[in-house]
Amino acid sequence: MASTSLPLSAAAAPPLALLPVPPWRKALRRVIGHRGMTIGSLLLALAVLAALLAPWIAPHDPYAQDVMQRLIPPVWHDKGSWEHILGTDKLGRDYLSRLLFGARVSLLIGFTTALVAGCIGTTLGVLAGYFGGRVDAVVSYVITCRLAMPVVLVALAMASLVGGSLNVVIVLLSLLLWDRFAIVTRSATQQLRDAEFIAAAKALGASTPYILVRELLPNLMGALTVVATLEMAHAILLESTLSFLGLGVQPPTPSWGLMVAEGKAYMFFQPWVIMIPGVALAVLVLAINLVGDGIRDITAPDGRN
Amino acid sequence: MLTYILRRLGVALCVMLTVAVVSFMLLHLSGDLATAIAGPESSAADVEKIRVQYGLDRPIATQFFEWLAAAAQLDFGRSFYFQNTVMELVGERLPITLKLGAVSLLLAVVVAIPLGVLAALYRDTWIDRLSLLIATIGQAMPNFWFALALIVVFAVGLKWLPVAGNASWLHFVLPAIALGYYAMPSLMRLTRAGMLDVMGSDYIRTARAKGLSPARVVFKHALRNAIIPVVALAAVELGFMLGGSVVIESVYSLQGLGQLAWDSIARNDYPVVQAVVLIIAMFYIALTFVADVLNAALDPRMRTR
Repeated sequence: MASTSLPLSAAAAPPLALLPVPPWRKALRRVIGHRGMTIGSLLLALAVLAALLAPWIAPHDPYAQDVMQRLIPPVWHDKGSWEHILGTDKLGRDYLSRLLFGARVSLLIGFTTALVAGCIGTTLGVLAGYFGGRVDAVVSYVITCRLAMPVVLVALAMASLVGGSLNVVIVLLSLLLWDRFAIVTRSATQQLRDAEFIAAAKALGASTPYILVRELLPNLMGALTVVATLEMAHAILLESTLSFLGLGVQPPTPSWGLMVAEGKAYMFFQPWVIMIPGVALAVLVLAINLVGDGIRDITAPDGRN
Repeated sequence: MLTYILRRLGVALCVMLTVAVVSFMLLHLSGDLATAIAGPESSAADVEKIRVQYGLDRPIATQFFEWLAAAAQLDFGRSFYFQNTVMELVGERLPITLKLGAVSLLLAVVVAIPLGVLAALYRDTWIDRLSLLIATIGQAMPNFWFALALIVVFAVGLKWLPVAGNASWLHFVLPAIALGYYAMPSLMRLTRAGMLDVMGSDYIRTARAKGLSPARVVFKHALRNAIIPVVALAAVELGFMLGGSVVIESVYSLQGLGQLAWDSIARNDYPVVQAVVLIIAMFYIALTFVADVLNAALDPRMRTR
């Protein structure tokens, strides 16, 4: 993967003082100096806040239907009103409220999938990278097989058999999206396996589980965080795809993919019904990707100064 | 080289077999197929009748080996829903999906390579930033939503292209853009990274010092080397696109393999679903095999492994 070097203006920061700077401030300065990272974290923080505070800040009940108020346009439109800032959907439900509650679904699925898939993938990757030989051969084979299975099709077929729901989506995506974690941790572990601090731990008589968990894992955290952001974005996009096709989160739960599906019939004359949830999805995924790219740039050794 | 190819071929065959086992097991163990086919309102007697009729009452191992023996000869049985054999249905739909995949890949490559080269040559200028922005947006947009947005703008708003269907090649333009934009970012990033890498190398400096024209250096010397991994990735991306085309095909009602799988999932027509999953996996495996061999053939360091 290419390093997406968004302008690293941290490098051009003036030498304010030659005084020793505490490490956390250096870290903070690196974060703030990275434009993509700043924008991404702000947007992501906004989305997380919206999701957490949805019950308190949502202007209406996201499930409350009102046949008299169907498909009201958003406020910037001629016929819009401040009563429904982003308008209403085909059942007269307030779009802004549904959008806020939908952020919960997206973020919940993104976090949980990245966490569970991360555990599966990291375990496999670390074992393969550390032990090599037959273990590595088996794990690499499993990864190759997993990559050969078409994710969307398998997820759709399984969701249709089991019955689509929020939990089913989380389980399916967790079982399908561990591959990149395994690939990255495997090669990172291979590079660290023969490092001096591992040899030192061995010489001190540390057990293999101790070495793997306490010595190796902390050194993989940078790479793992980057993969986690990528997979979180991936999971959010896949959830919206499954929900859009009707086999993910089921109505009336507000999910952004489902909102696009429900708005599809009206998109020609009321294009905002698909524009609003679609833009929300794109912005959320963009924010997560920017944070991921930012973490990669900042934790890269040459980005430290 | 020959041993390398033979070994890769052996692995590819094993992966194919494993994918066949896993997809068979997933579909047969995640729910009772007979109940799913009979529908929710059928009596227990009806379910039993269907179970016997479709041979679902036999031990699962027997079912699997019979299916596998037939599948090895490309006979996937009969559709539960149509009177045709699965192969007839697939044969009818496959060309459309292949056409879509090929056009999408072509579009992605035609945009990604020049953009990647330009971004690398004009690193850290607005050209570089613009192409990274285009790539980042492409990675963030849900592709079903981008597909819908293309319909709203180009088919309904500007009336340049047809909305849906597959009557003429014009019907493939929008779906190919939607699918191609999905594959473009990674190809573009890899081209950019490869070019940056190569342009800093000694032999490029030598070529420049010899007084070769910049165009000759870039196209004849640098691009040739930078493009090897891009070509390999393009093959893999094509495999992913065939699997991901189910979403795009359903948005544009393209009667391809993805649409067939999607309809078959909705109709509980499992022989078809299974065959499509396996065929798409087969394409992916074949394409990654080609990519590996291509990489090895062009890069002498790979051969000794």
